[in-house]
Amino acid sequence: MISSVARNSAAILGVVEHDRGRILEESLEMLTLLRGVAALLSAPLEAALIGREAEPLGPSLKEQGVRRVYLIPHERWDSYAPEAWAKGLAQLIEAKRPQVVAAAGTDRGNELLARVAAHLGLAMAANCTEVRPGPPFEVTRLRWGGSLLEDAELKGDPKLLTVAPHAIPAEASPALEFQIEIFSPSLEERDLRVRVKERLEAKRTGASLADAKVVVGGGRGVGGAEGFKILEELAQLLGGAVGGTRVATNNGWRPHSDQIGQTGVQIAPDLYIACGISGAIQHMVGVKGAKRILAINKDPEAPIFARADYGVIGDLHEIIPALIAELKKRQAR
Amino acid sequence: MNVLVCIKRVPDTGSRFELTADRQDIDTRNLEFTISPHEECAVEEAIRLVEQHGGTSTVLTLGPEAASEQIREALAKGIERGVLLETDGSEWDAAATASAIVEAIRALSFDVLLFGNESADAGNYQVGVRVAYALDLPCVTGIKALKIENGKALAKREVRGGWEVYEVPLPAVFTVKEGINTPRHPSLRGIMMAKKKEIERIKPSQKEAGLVKKSLRKPPERRGQVELLGQGAEAVPAIIAKLKELGVIPR
Repeated sequence: MISSVARNSAAILGVVEHDRGRILEESLEMLTLLRGVAALLSAPLEAALIGREAEPLGPSLKEQGVRRVYLIPHERWDSYAPEAWAKGLAQLIEAKRPQVVAAAGTDRGNELLARVAAHLGLAMAANCTEVRPGPPFEVTRLRWGGSLLEDAELKGDPKLLTVAPHAIPAEASPALEFQIEIFSPSLEERDLRVRVKERLEAKRTGASLADAKVVVGGGRGVGGAEGFKILEELAQLLGGAVGGTRVATNNGWRPHSDQIGQTGVQIAPDLYIACGISGAIQHMVGVKGAKRILAINKDPEAPIFARADYGVIGDLHEIIPALIAELKKRQAR
Repeated sequence: MNVLVCIKRVPDTGSRFELTADRQDIDTRNLEFTISPHEECAVEEAIRLVEQHGGTSTVLTLGPEAASEQIREALAKGIERGVLLETDGSEWDAAATASAIVEAIRALSFDVLLFGNESADAGNYQVGVRVAYALDLPCVTGIKALKIENGKALAKREVRGGWEVYEVPLPAVFTVKEGINTPRHPSLRGIMMAKKKEIERIKPSQKEAGLVKKSLRKPPERRGQVELLGQGAEAVPAIIAKLKELGVIPR
């Protein structure tokens, strides 16, 4: 029987991330990818949930094909304490000996697994899009924020990796058996030296870049902070948000929080209007999620035109005011 | 206050790049090089910390002799000392890089150790964390604000819908994200002075890699034929028609 083989085989362990009572979509994607790996190895899929607030989320993981959930509660880490969390995970790994340990490639997932790797002296592969358990154990992972792929061999036991967000869609597939086990790590006071002391909520005004349906972006061609005023006006007329390239934020034309790209925000609007933007890789990896791109640029040779759906060749300082005037005329009707 | 900042030399890829024939690397023959973006901000943060609190600043990188260009860039902006852990230019994995850095700085004393959150090219998210663990120092990753007061550091990290605030004792390791500051440009005088500075060179020993690169490839690109809507302001009616078609504005 398959299940007797599976019981002899070391588990595949997913570290599941949650935020204010919900399991992150990225963690569901990670579990979907791990389920495939578990099937190839005839190994059981297991999951770890850290923090007391995670307890009610445990049973829902059965739907993801998880056979066993380890709940790791601790009275001292209701706020995020990365050193202590990683130590707790390392103790779980040493006690249960899984063959693969993975988390979602979020800030927290990458941080936690890097800490577990450092703690246990193991290698770690960040932002994997594919896992081929081999042997040899190979992964495909993102480089340059996703504009390049690397095929690599991952050594060590267990294999530590994170799964790139949105590399594959999350799919449910219920497990036939399911159990929940409490795992209590042993911690010292100093393991809590790095922890969240306070959480500040951000002030929200208008559509946020990450959620906006229309985004108007400006680059070098905008020329300065003053030039962004027409982009603001256009975004407002279309109910959208304004962002900029690294050139725009590094020159102080926009605050850094408006940066779209590898080192800024990743956007996924229905329409992205790129104004005076050449199409540098650093920027384009941030707009991969855009359904349609309209590029406005003086230079017909600009690389942005090779990646856009619609193009207008010309000076944005003439085109955008004319477009604004036309939109206003229509509104007045 | 003694501050260390670790940086990485990476190609400035611009809009297009090609791979080398053996698919081991980006073909950099026609590219300039730069300091990886997060680390450029880490350099700025190091300079500001010493400006505010006094002390010394040191920049360190692991890479080929050519990486002295990035060390000089940091020196030109105001970092005092430069250290190059000189390699043959082949890529080291995160664990090997961290171990070489630890070896080089173990005997030195720093209050603040700054890294980039992840390098632009390899994106391993590990070097700063591994150095912190090897030296048993507290580490806060991905920070966008740092304040030092009475031997303690307050660091802020941006998360979904807000900020997390951390307080850690010094010495400590921080991995920085772009946005923590706006990096300055070097002055002409700074550039001249940096040219004359002696860079300390160390030949590090290389630990065996646990993540072994086989080859690189480009992902399939979304590539359609661009539909030209026109030139200049005369394209406005065509843009309006397209906005209607896409449902962005009412018909």
